[in-house]
This record gives sequence, C-alpha cells and structure tokens, in this order.
Amino acid sequence: MAVAAVLVRRPLEQVSGLLRRRFHRTAPAALQVTVRDAINQGMDEELERDEKVFLLGEEVAQYDGAYKVSRGLWKKYGDKRIIDTPISEMGFAGIAVGAAMAGLRPICEFMTFNFSMQAIDQVINSAAKTYYMSGGLQSVPIVFRGPNGASAGVAAQHSQCFAAWYGHCPGLKVVSPWSSEDAKGLIKSAIRDNNPVVVLENELMYGVPFELPSEAQSKDFLIPIGKAKIERQGTHVTIVAHSRPVGHCLEAATVLSKEGIECEVINLRTIRPMDIETIEASVMKTNHLVTVEGGWPQFGVGAEICARIMEGPAFNFLDAPAVRVTGADVPMPYAKILEDNSVPQVKDIIFAIKKTLNI
Amino acid sequence: MLTAAVSRVLSGVTQKPASRVLVASCKYSNNATLEIKKCDLYRLEEGPPVTTVLTREDGLKYYKMMQTVRRMELKADQLYKQKFIRGFCHLCDGQEACCVGLEAAINPTDHVITSYRAHGLSYTRGLTVQSILAELTGRRGGCAKGKGGSMHMYAKNFYGGNGIVGAQGPLGAGVSLACKYKGNNEVCFTLYGDGAANQGQISEAHNMAALWNLPCIFICENNRYGMGTSVERAAASTDYYKRGSFIPGLRVDGMDILCVREATKFAADYCRSGKGPILMELLTYRYHGHSMSDPGISYRTREEVQSVRSKSDPIMLLKDKMVNNKLASVEELKEIDVEVRKEIDDAAQFAMTDPEPPLEELGHHIYSSNPPFDIRGTNQWIKFQSIS
Repeated sequence: MAVAAVLVRRPLEQVSGLLRRRFHRTAPAALQVTVRDAINQGMDEELERDEKVFLLGEEVAQYDGAYKVSRGLWKKYGDKRIIDTPISEMGFAGIAVGAAMAGLRPICEFMTFNFSMQAIDQVINSAAKTYYMSGGLQSVPIVFRGPNGASAGVAAQHSQCFAAWYGHCPGLKVVSPWSSEDAKGLIKSAIRDNNPVVVLENELMYGVPFELPSEAQSKDFLIPIGKAKIERQGTHVTIVAHSRPVGHCLEAATVLSKEGIECEVINLRTIRPMDIETIEASVMKTNHLVTVEGGWPQFGVGAEICARIMEGPAFNFLDAPAVRVTGADVPMPYAKILEDNSVPQVKDIIFAIKKTLNI
Repeated sequence: MLTAAVSRVLSGVTQKPASRVLVASCKYSNNATLEIKKCDLYRLEEGPPVTTVLTREDGLKYYKMMQTVRRMELKADQLYKQKFIRGFCHLCDGQEACCVGLEAAINPTDHVITSYRAHGLSYTRGLTVQSILAELTGRRGGCAKGKGGSMHMYAKNFYGGNGIVGAQGPLGAGVSLACKYKGNNEVCFTLYGDGAANQGQISEAHNMAALWNLPCIFICENNRYGMGTSVERAAASTDYYKRGSFIPGLRVDGMDILCVREATKFAADYCRSGKGPILMELLTYRYHGHSMSDPGISYRTREEVQSVRSKSDPIMLLKDKMVNNKLASVEELKEIDVEVRKEIDDAAQFAMTDPEPPLEELGHHIYSSNPPFDIRGTNQWIKFQSIS
C-alpha cells in the first residue's frame, strides 16, 4: 500500500548524496539513516536479541570503531561482548572462528579488508571449508565484516576489492550492501546465518544517508542472502553492479533517461551465492548487459556474470556482447587525477551502455 | 616410598578390594604409588607432584587405549602401503602417552584441538577405530562421511584435525574464549608441534590468551623434528615451554603416561582456577617419518629411532610399571593385545569393504541450516544437489 508506493518511488529518488525533506506525510514515516548508522543499528539489534553474538576487532570498543560503525556499542554492552583486539589479524580471526566452532556467534571486524589478507587462511581454511570437511558435523556461524575496496587517496595497499577473492570460495557467503536498507538487512541476515558470511562494506558509503522504509525499521527486518534487487526498472539495457557503483549506475540511468534510454539497474546485494536468475530474466527482457564493479577486471565479479550468462538461457537473447566496467588494471595510484581514472565513473558507465547499444 | 610400596605388595598384604569383580584379583594389587619425573618449570613456583597413584583399573584402561592407538596407526601404515589410504597420512605411533595421558586427566566436557597428526586424539576423544580407519580409506562409514580424510576428523568437543600448521593455535584460544564467555568452567587444550611453535599466529594466540586471561592450556608436542628439520635447525630457542614468554610453562616427559597425566591435571587446575593460560611442552618421539611419504631416516639415524623404542617406548614403560608393581601380569596384558588386534582387524576389514560415499553427496554440507540448492560440477551441465 503506502509502503509499496514508497518502494516504487524510492529508486528514482535515491541518488547518492541528495537529501530529501519530507514535511507532510500520510504514509508511515521513512527515516533518513546513513549506511554507518544502519550497520550500527543492525548489530545493536542482533546483540540485544542473542546473547551469543559479540563483536571483536581493532578499535571496535573504546574508540567506537575506526570508522565509528560500532559507536555506542561498547558503552551499552561492555567488555565481554565488544572486544578490542591487538593488531593481530591472523590471531584474532582464528580466535573468532574457534569461538564460533564452540557455539558463539562472533562478528569479526577487519579494519579494512586489505588487512584480512593476513588472516585469509583462517577465513577460508578454518571457516569456509570446515562444515564440508567435517561431513556436516562442525558449523561455523561467523560474520567477517569491514570496509572493502577503494576509499579516497589511501593508495595501493589500502584500496583492494576482495569481492572476487572471497566470492571464489565454496562454503562462504559473501554480501556487498549498497544502501542503508541493504546494510541493515544484510548484516542482520549475516549474523543470524549459521555459516561464515563475509560482509563487504564501503567506507565512502558510510556517511551517505538513505531513506529507510518503515518495514526496514523493524527489529526483524532481514534481507535474504542470495537475492539481487532491481533498483530501477528499464527496457533497453541491464546494468548489474554491487556496492557503491550501484549509485553511479542509477546516476547514469537518470542521465540516459533524458535521451530516451531506459536502464534496468540491478543491485547484486550478494556476491555468493549469486542471483544469476534475476540477471538472466532481465537480460532476456532488455537484450543487453553491462556489469559494473570497483574491483580489477581479471577474474572479477563481472567476468563471472558474463560467463554464467553465456552458459544460460539469456545468451540467446543478447543482441551484443556483454560489457564490463571495472576498476583499472593497476594497483591504486595516489594522485587524484590518477585515482579518479582508476575507478569506474558515471561517464564510463554511460559510455559502456552506449557502446553495447551501438549508439 | 616406592620401595615401601613394593615391599608391601610382595609381603602379600592386600588392599581394599576394588568394586569391580576381577578374575584372580587377589594376586594383583589394586593400586601402586609410583614416582614420576619432576617437570622443568618456568614462571611457576610449584609443579605437578612427583609421585602418583596408579590403580589397576586405570592402568589396564591406559594400556588398552595406548595399544589401540599403536595398532591403529600401524594398521594405517599397512593400509597406506596397500593403497587403501591416499594423500597425507601423519602417524603418531610413539606419542601414545600424550593423547592417552591427556584424556586421562581431563573431562569429556573439556575441549581439545590439535594439528594434522590427529588419529590418536580422535580416538581418545571418542571416535571409534572403525570410523577413523573408514575415514582414512574414504568410505561412507568414516567419521566425516569420507569428506575430510586423515586431517579433518571431528568429534564432540574435539575440533580436529587441522591441516594448516599453527592455525589451530588461535582456534583453540577462541574455543577457550567461548568457555570463558559462557562461564562453564570448561577449558581448551590447544596442541601444536615443535614446528608450529615458530608460527607467528601461535605467538598471537599466546598474547591474546594471556591478555584476556583465557582458560587455554597450550601444549607443544615436541617430537624433535618439524618434518625433516630438527629443532636445533628451526628454533633459536628450543625451550618450547618458555616460548610463551609471559605465560608460565612446564616441560614434561611425554613418554611416561603418568607424567603426562599429572602434568595435565596440574595445568588444567591452574587454568580452571582462573589464573589464565599455561603452556606444557611434552617431550615425545614419533617412530614414523613426518608422514607416510617420508621414510624418516634421512634426517635421523635408525639407531636413534631404535634407541627410543628400546628405552622409552610409552607402552613398554607402562607395562613394566604395571608388571613390576603387580598391577597386572604379562599374560593378562597379552590378552589385551589379542583383543586390541581383533578390534583393529575388524575395523580395517570394514574400512576396506565399506562403499565409498555416493556421488550424489558430493555437493552436500556446503552450508549449514540451508534449504537445498544446486552446486556446479566440472561443467555447466553437471549439477549436484547440496543438502545441509
């Protein structure tokens, strides 16, 4: 009803960075919530709901979180449930996995996913593979979360996207929220999931406000892992993205709409297991596909989408080869002009769409 | 003290009868007080006792368990050479006192985690020989349904079996964090080898365990060789019981099951009393090479192996103690040997004849508590159903 109306209007209004004021509403109140606060709320609700949930990581407690995502949680829940760790990624990730094996439900924060590389053995070999190797005896209900991908001016060692790395591994679930609704619903689903879930957040999105519809304000609001969302309906081309680039795609769609090109924008939401069916259905409607991601092109998320589309029924509906828009194939440079040209911009997405439409 | 006990026994004074009815029990003592080696201590004022009481019942139990582990490992050697077992197979014969001594000192509600040399602990933690051997041969009756193999066997309160050297260090500290979090007075025994002791993540685990006062007993099973590298060639300090730095430690004769038992009890009590982590180094020896691919004599001499076998074999040491203290007769122990051999043979028979897991189950157990979904096989047309 009124909620559905909000859901239809919302994609068109939700251009990142634009604030809308609502003065007089008869519909249930939607809140403006930043992605940071949405994750904070999601964790707070799950900490309250289940005694076994706890958070550990560097600076998560007394510092309120390196990016303030865990602000207020230590004050509310104390030392037992919000734990500051030393700078020992491999150690504390392993400790978190062990605690999960013994029946707790840890949220293990990596200050950025770049540092998870030091702990990746614990994520893959100790967490992801264990349920399978044990023949179903030992589950690992753990969440690994933190900011992923490019930030601004943090250079090569602090800008890598790990979607493809973690998305590669069976036994893991990998989610990549874009909006506040995504962030809240996915972190809650991840915490309630009995499997290892990697939550790839985005530092540049933390401060971005979104309208949180009333249903997303409920304490039991969950977004299912493994389901993509069509943010914007369209007929001419399917654009698939995850995380921050979803916003860029919607901007591109707004620009192209003025030229009579209607883009269908799909927010992947989950990297693994990937919702290829939603993409296939869309491509079978639009006959064109563009994938957009922040990570490197080789062996990336877009490459996987293209391979799967080729293998499935949607291939016969493509009027042109699928096109990928990705980060540049370089370690992230520092100088602003170089950095700007190493991440996909709105103009790159528009260019790619026009290329595939042969315009 | 020992001579007093022995003379008491020899003079025919019987102790109070055991509650269990034993055949010809009047010719055996019920228990004996035995001396055990003093442990080297680090940052500890006191250590485990230097004498202990071994009851006949316990002695027979330990003997049978150690003999079972020994024969099970030797059977695995045989099955590997017959190509029933593939891949990696790391055997722990020689180290039986460690796993049996540990189990003798702890509760079933305590937690244990170890490295890939895990068959002995898998047994002492409750898995049957049959399920262990069938897992090694990759059959559906294996404890992990054939999905894990030698290095990935799990049981209640036993977290494997870990293939990556040292990874079990932080994992075990995490299990102990869960024990502390739940406030259940349980502790976690986190075992690693002399090779793994040089892993950075072990130091990270030590640091966090001490910092947060976790009920974790770190146990370094020092069998003198990390694969083909002797401890002298791998470690700047081979005093592994001191390598916890700020964590108190003790060095234990890992070939004497009673020494292991008393030291473990001591360490567990220390931990349970809330004093934080403690580190035990067990001096032990493996007769086999690092794995079945390693003959084990390129980096050590046959003489050395033979010498340990003849002087310090843990089963021999226990047997001598029991016979010399009239806790059992040689014939009685031989009967146990026969029983054990039969159990192992039956288990091996099962392990060789049980069918492999059905192909349809290849995709199972990817996710826990999940609705069924499809897994891709080696090409896009081959699909396996995945059930939790």
